[in-house]
Amino acid sequence: MAELLAGFGCYTHAVVRAVPRSLATQALRSGNLEVDPLKVQQEQEYYVSVLTQRLGLEVIELPADETQPDCVFVEDAAVVCENTALITRPGAESRRGEAEAMKRALTELDLNIVEMTDETATLDGGDVLFTGREFFVGLSKRTNQRGAEILADTFKDYSVSTVPVLQGFHLKSFCSMAGPDLIAIGSSEAAQKTLKIMQQMSDHKYDKLTLPDDLAANCIYMNLPNKGHVLLHCTPEEFPESAKVFEKLKDHMLIPVSNEEKGKVDGALTCCSVLINKKSKI
Amino acid sequence: MTTEVGTETDVKKEPEKVQEDQQQTDQPDQTSDGDAPANTEEHQQGSQSAEAPTEQEESPEPRSPTPAGEQKKEKGISRFLPPWLKRQKSQSQEKESESAAADVKDGEQEEKGTKEKSEDQPAEVKEVTGEKSKTEEVQVEEKDREEQKSVGSADTQPVREETEGEPDENHKQQVNARETPSKLTKKMKMVVCHVTLLDGSQFTCDVEKRAKGQYLFFEVCKHLNLMEKDYFSLSFKDSADQRCWLDPTKEIKRQIRNSQWQFAFSVKFYPPDPSLLTEDITRYLLCLQLRQDIASGRLPCSFVTHALLGSYALQAELGDYDTEEQRVDYIADFQFAPNQTKELEEKVVELHKSHRGMTPAQADIQFLENAKKLSMYGVDLHHAKDSDGVDIMLGVCANGLLIYKDRLRINRFAWPKILKISYKRSNFYIKIRPGETEQFESSVGFKLPNHRAAKRVWKVCVEHHTFFRLTSPEQPTKTKFLTLGSKFRYSGRTQAQTRQASTLIDRPAPYFERTSSKRISRSLDGAPVVNVAGGDSMGVGENGPTLELNSDNKVVDVEKPSVDVDTSVSEQTATHVADSAVIKSKLRVQGENIYVRHSNLMLEDLDKTQEDVLKHQASISELKRSFMEATPEPRPSQWEKRLTGSPATTLRLQVSGSLEEELTSLFLSKACFSGLTLSCSTTAAPVEGSKLSALPEDPQKTSPHPENDSRDGSKSSEVIPDVNGQMEVVEVLEETVVIEEVVKARPKSPAPDVTTESGTAPEVKEEQSLSSDSESEDEAEYHGQTPSASFCVQQIKEEPEEEEAELNQQALPLDAEPQPIREPESSAKEEESSSAQPDEDISTEEVSMTPDEAPNGHVLDTEDLPATEGEEPHIVNGNVSRVETERLPQVICCSEPPVVKTEMVTISDTFAAQKTEISTKEVPIVHTETKTITYEAAQLDGNGDGEPGVLMTAQTITSESLCTTTTTHITKTLKGGLSETRIEKRIVITGDSDIDHDQALAQAIKEAKEQHPDMSVTRVVVHKETELAEDED
Repeated sequence: MAELLAGFGCYTHAVVRAVPRSLATQALRSGNLEVDPLKVQQEQEYYVSVLTQRLGLEVIELPADETQPDCVFVEDAAVVCENTALITRPGAESRRGEAEAMKRALTELDLNIVEMTDETATLDGGDVLFTGREFFVGLSKRTNQRGAEILADTFKDYSVSTVPVLQGFHLKSFCSMAGPDLIAIGSSEAAQKTLKIMQQMSDHKYDKLTLPDDLAANCIYMNLPNKGHVLLHCTPEEFPESAKVFEKLKDHMLIPVSNEEKGKVDGALTCCSVLINKKSKI
Repeated sequence: MTTEVGTETDVKKEPEKVQEDQQQTDQPDQTSDGDAPANTEEHQQGSQSAEAPTEQEESPEPRSPTPAGEQKKEKGISRFLPPWLKRQKSQSQEKESESAAADVKDGEQEEKGTKEKSEDQPAEVKEVTGEKSKTEEVQVEEKDREEQKSVGSADTQPVREETEGEPDENHKQQVNARETPSKLTKKMKMVVCHVTLLDGSQFTCDVEKRAKGQYLFFEVCKHLNLMEKDYFSLSFKDSADQRCWLDPTKEIKRQIRNSQWQFAFSVKFYPPDPSLLTEDITRYLLCLQLRQDIASGRLPCSFVTHALLGSYALQAELGDYDTEEQRVDYIADFQFAPNQTKELEEKVVELHKSHRGMTPAQADIQFLENAKKLSMYGVDLHHAKDSDGVDIMLGVCANGLLIYKDRLRINRFAWPKILKISYKRSNFYIKIRPGETEQFESSVGFKLPNHRAAKRVWKVCVEHHTFFRLTSPEQPTKTKFLTLGSKFRYSGRTQAQTRQASTLIDRPAPYFERTSSKRISRSLDGAPVVNVAGGDSMGVGENGPTLELNSDNKVVDVEKPSVDVDTSVSEQTATHVADSAVIKSKLRVQGENIYVRHSNLMLEDLDKTQEDVLKHQASISELKRSFMEATPEPRPSQWEKRLTGSPATTLRLQVSGSLEEELTSLFLSKACFSGLTLSCSTTAAPVEGSKLSALPEDPQKTSPHPENDSRDGSKSSEVIPDVNGQMEVVEVLEETVVIEEVVKARPKSPAPDVTTESGTAPEVKEEQSLSSDSESEDEAEYHGQTPSASFCVQQIKEEPEEEEAELNQQALPLDAEPQPIREPESSAKEEESSSAQPDEDISTEEVSMTPDEAPNGHVLDTEDLPATEGEEPHIVNGNVSRVETERLPQVICCSEPPVVKTEMVTISDTFAAQKTEISTKEVPIVHTETKTITYEAAQLDGNGDGEPGVLMTAQTITSESLCTTTTTHITKTLKGGLSETRIEKRIVITGDSDIDHDQALAQAIKEAKEQHPDMSVTRVVVHKETELAEDED
């Protein structure tokens, strides 16, 4: 029977979106880097293949929308926990339209859809860290207090704590879950500070996996039947030192996934998919 | 003591009557022979002591012109001392006393004082008898409970009589308990209390108007058949319609003020892990509370969770889903969510079907396992504003203080982070320890709607901190902890204590009917049904026999307020006496525990000085461990249960969920260590028995007049010799405990005997120490300070003026005990009295005294803590520590944590004792006490000879109850082919001023007596310290 809060990392479905050609030129980015459209495409293809073929997830791939250059980063458009999906109101105005396709897709998956209609609220999924026990919402340029409140109202079972994003793009630009109660965290001062705050705010004890590179701290953890702990993480080419840290995780099935090009437009591994566990449905 | 004399006179005049009245009052409870005083003497001790206070309190009023404060003090003292003296006398001279009783008069002088006491006895004894019989019956009836109770030791007597003016308020019932010769009419004013239970039903109970909260609470628990009661409490709505918790240690009337006598029974401390609860019934009640919380929206949860929890509720109440009988609308009776939709109901039913085969208890467990994970589980929310005037919520929970803005958690302060909690006017402040990376201010203030709200939050914080963070005799870690030194303290058991107590529950799972709050009509159970008979309090619980004031035998007068007016003051006082007596008897029957109050906040200790402490503690714990392991001896079954309950076993169970939790647990363990002393005692001082520390509320009644003091002294010295003759040897054969009582009359000269005996001498010692915070409820002039824990670094104090509680940081090495003890502030009177007595005792009786401190009771306390270091350190309880010499027959020590005023009264039968090996240097004072207490070997054949016994086994059992910590040390020695078992018991009653120390003491003694009928209490030490009390609110 459905055990509340259980089965962290257990997913059956994933929603992804194709890369629009406009990404290379029009996608928002904090840096000023050139993006190779081809490489981005390759990265995305590999990413999806890992989800489908290696991990056996049922992947719903939404078509790209050229008017939404950032649409590949589906994570920001929705927060899904158990059977409920919160369709967000992204902080970047140019991205608000992305939510629509996501909403349709999630509706088809028979999730309970909650929309963030408050005009004053903004929330990027990239600022939402779900640990399996609670939510941390980073207050960043893209996410505000009101957005976090709505998220808290949506997922009433869980405590929702807000933490400042002192530096970087999203909260998950320098942290993510690397296992049950295991937080991968970058080693920058800001990241460490944020972690401290999270630890203070939580009643739970989390272990931390500190990575030399903040961006490498964004990884995807899954706990899949027949596969156990699965971790999609950065490649040694991108972050050699951080990759070594991941490689020390003996209990995980480690899958390096390149994110180099997407990283140039502030995309991270988690950004490119919305993971869903349909089995958890009661 | 002085008071006593005066008081007693009244009583004496008509002992018979008193007795009758008592019986009448008690009747419901009484079963049989209440009358034969002689028989019950020994057992009665407890009851006597308890009663004694009552009488004294009452009587003094009219007569004594002394200011209220003094009176109280007197009362306090009298409470403690008289009973003992009386009792002793009674044993030796019952008949005499009776005959003589008539003669005693008020004006009597010092010399007579002693006699008076003895004389009084008969009367008291009689009175007591009734009670006692009750108690016994109850015990028989509830064997299971008994264990627990006994462990818990002291029965609580919620009601405490107040001498002060009686308000003529409307009482639905008044009972004339008796008339004193003086022609005073005593009335019992009863009030009907309505308590809404968790299943929505109403429980009605008659309560004496002046009853304390715990009386009503225990009545309710009894009715519910609930033993793990510490998680629960009663609440009421104040004039502002705010929910307030009923303080068990205070009078109900004073708390509710003008509000209705309407209460709600509910969960106060939500156990973080309900699966650790021992009994299903407890979980069931928790489920009911949570269902309420969920349905009301207080505990928000998602649709899915609503459905899931609802389905478990259905399974628990209805059993398996029955396709034929149950239709969808069968759940219409239940409310699963604030806004229940059809969709939800359907989902609930769907899930209900899947629970097939699940028993109600299992369903409850599942319910709780899911509910406990909800983010707002156990969070007590309070509206507030932050410094910017933004609306926020303060959430007090097991782990600390949570700050919410809307539903968002915007900050969290774990207990270890909090250095100080205070409130000032309508502001609530916390001072937090700044972390390296922390950006927060070191002090945060919140604006509450009003002053009362601020205080309420503060109180809840104090309580939660105490409940969830304190206690565990396990290894200390490096931590500083805060001590709440305010007037208000959490008076209940801590979670650790209650868990420990729960392990002692040994009864078949009680049957109870699960009744949805929405479906009360369905309850047909055999379980305790609420008796709402005409305002009578029907004791339906296990304790069965409840005192009915209305019982036939008794003449119950129901008077209206008008009548009251007519009654003269004297009458009123008389009534009080009666009331108190009755109440006490009731309480005793219930066997409830007294609440212990010590609340310590532990903080992380960063100081290096602490390291030393830690090391020390570690060594102690090691000793303890080895000790515990070394003694696997079979002991009387009686003790086994206690053993299991010993902190060592139980406390380790604590689970640490997070880093913070870990820290917490560590802190806890440390706290316990220092605060409870148990660990220390166990470990270090195997010798020690159980300790009872009770906190007297009133500033000790130091003898107001010098005369009195001298009297006391004389009494102690004179009386003691007579009494002290008794030695008791306990032999343990296999599992049977044989207690031999050796009575020997001993001259004061203690020295010879003492020396002969060595530590191993077989003796049964019972030692009880009462430590009391002297806080006079009524007057609020002084209030007890925090029981000082040896390690307490910080104290949270409620300051009278500011109403601000502060945590003062003090780095205390073990040695560094609070030194306030010796403050000059202590009133001269008190000092005199205290010093006077001790001096006498010490000089005559004790071989060695500590020069300075000995005279003052405080000193003893202070010193105790350090004692742990020694191999046989005594208990470190902040309060009283007693080094046990082997030869102490029975000692009762009452001590309080050092505060401004200190008074120590020592009565000892035995004189010179030998010092055992007390290695602790730091506790010189302790030595003194020990000596004082010691009984002589002369009584024991083998002992006196200096025949060294062979130590076969030694065991230390520690148990804690609400406010008492009982440490029992059993030593088995082999002497000349005879195996002797010596049982030493030390009971420490820790309490706030609000605690009725008399009751606690009485109860402790009573229990001790029951367990070891042949043993006697030879010494009582009352150590009291008072501080200026803050005005409530």
